[in-house]
Amino acid sequence: MATILEARDLIKEYPGVTAVGGVSFAVEEGICFGLLGPNGAGKTTTVEIIEGVTPATSGEVYYYGEPAGAKFRQEAGIQFQNTALQDFLTVRETIEMFRALYDCKADFDELIEQCSLGDLLDRDNRKLSGGQRQRLLLAVALVNRPRLVFLDEPTTGLDPQARRNFWDLVQNLRALGSSIVMTTHYMDEAEVLCDEIAIMDAGQIIAQGVPDDLLRDHYEGLIIELPIGDLTDELAEIEHTVYENLGIVEFVTTDVSASLQQLSPHVTNLNHIKIRQPNLDDLFLDLTGHSLRA
Amino acid sequence: MLRRIFAIFQGRNREFLRDRASFAWNLLLPVVLIFGLSFALGGDRNAYTVGILQDSDDIVEEQHPFLSTRYIRFVPTSDKDDALRKVSRHQLDLLVEFGDAPRYWVNPDSSKGHFVELALLQSDVTAPPTIDKEHISGDAVHYADWVLPGILGMNMMFSCMFGVGYVVVRYRKNGFLKRLRATPLTSLEFISAQVASRMVLIICITVFVYTGTHLILDTRMEGSYFTLFLVAMVGAISMVSLGLLISARVTSEELAGGLLNMINWPMMLLSGVWFSLEGAGTFVQNLAKIFPLTHVLDSARAVMLDGATIGDVAPSLLALTALSVVFIGIGAKIFRWGQF
Repeated sequence: MATILEARDLIKEYPGVTAVGGVSFAVEEGICFGLLGPNGAGKTTTVEIIEGVTPATSGEVYYYGEPAGAKFRQEAGIQFQNTALQDFLTVRETIEMFRALYDCKADFDELIEQCSLGDLLDRDNRKLSGGQRQRLLLAVALVNRPRLVFLDEPTTGLDPQARRNFWDLVQNLRALGSSIVMTTHYMDEAEVLCDEIAIMDAGQIIAQGVPDDLLRDHYEGLIIELPIGDLTDELAEIEHTVYENLGIVEFVTTDVSASLQQLSPHVTNLNHIKIRQPNLDDLFLDLTGHSLRA
Repeated sequence: MLRRIFAIFQGRNREFLRDRASFAWNLLLPVVLIFGLSFALGGDRNAYTVGILQDSDDIVEEQHPFLSTRYIRFVPTSDKDDALRKVSRHQLDLLVEFGDAPRYWVNPDSSKGHFVELALLQSDVTAPPTIDKEHISGDAVHYADWVLPGILGMNMMFSCMFGVGYVVVRYRKNGFLKRLRATPLTSLEFISAQVASRMVLIICITVFVYTGTHLILDTRMEGSYFTLFLVAMVGAISMVSLGLLISARVTSEELAGGLLNMINWPMMLLSGVWFSLEGAGTFVQNLAKIFPLTHVLDSARAVMLDGATIGDVAPSLLALTALSVVFIGIGAKIFRWGQF
């Protein structure tokens, strides 16, 4: 697979603040690449530098090996985190207006079907619900049949049903061959949609790779979870890898049976114990020392 | 390029035309002002106005007893042709030249001219009148004739500057400009579309209001409609350009409103929208020339009231064009898509 996008040592400094402190990554053609991190990690600034809407203090962006320029603008589709559209225009008119800005145009009817906007074509932009609006913004991002699509926190603020529906749209998009770069602070979203992720914190990438590989490399085994109030002894006396967060203690183990036997004398109520696979939330907490949704 | 400009042009037109409150405001304001002012101020002015043909800007009352007459406003002027034209249009009730061979000009069709003439002839009780009389003929210019271009120009100014300047700042603040930045649209294409959109809309509104007013109030039109249209077009471009320049980098609607008002109000007051600046000092008259509206109004009045040709208004058209080039050039150079 060819490298469709490469960011090299991106830095963005504001007076007294380094929003992005030397971010580099490459995206292979046809994959969904996720930039993960909490609010303020620098995800949006990073993608906006790549998109060309925010100037970098330094660093380069390459599209198919060339500095991102006119070709990139023609072939990239972008859905911003917050975008206002023109007032008093209908969904149809908005899509038509953006279509006219590109040389390559998606088929209008296919686009409408793809984004499930058929019943909304004559509705004023201002009268759309959150989910409908996100679908319109996705349609606007796809008007040029983009080879590379940027989705910046596309499901923030949506209800669970609308989020699931949006995931379907993104998966369809990927199935059609588009490459996707998305930012999110929802780990479940990243686990479902992303082939590769980069976890950002404080303007830096602190881990990057395939989600399963990252978890496998970092964790051996499963996690046993129980409330700290159910423990009778000090944590230091228990022979396991232990994490504590928000009143919950997590023990990492490769042998659940043996661990439960070892733990049971120290636990007052076994009914509260949970056993689960480690996830990206755990990884982030482990890497940074603070919760992803903080 | 044209396709992209047209797409943005069309989008902006739709937005404006469907915003019924703004659209109605743009259309109704000049109509209400013109009809209201022509009704309120359309009758004979109470004061008599007499032009004194002399080189100096100061009226020396000792020169002649007539100059001490109460209830007459004496206006010094050194431009004889301009003064005679005003006598013919009843804008001056009388023109007098004192000196070695004193004489005066009066329009026999002007009732106020007749009474001022009597006042002149009876003012020197110590000696019989030794002043030559000359007649100037011509129809009166009513206040509505004079104020019509002023109000249309003012409406054009507000519409162009707020309709573009304020809207661009709003687009920047709410992120719409950033969204456009992520497309192949260039800043020059965006600015061209905004200029074209507002120009077409304001010209349509101006033509509509002018036509209606002209038909109902039978306002004066001595020159060619084409020349007047040209003045309106070039003027609209210059004012849209000024609006774009002001909004090129501003990210706050409050600041934009303040900046626009800071320019609009002096421009409106000094460009002669409501009243002529002839009585004002030379400095103020020269200062007024930096404003596009001054050139628009001077040219429009010259065409409508004096029958000026394209050649006659060419200096103003060139000045407006130069201002537009400067405004657009600087505006495009410093234009910001986002708030960064």
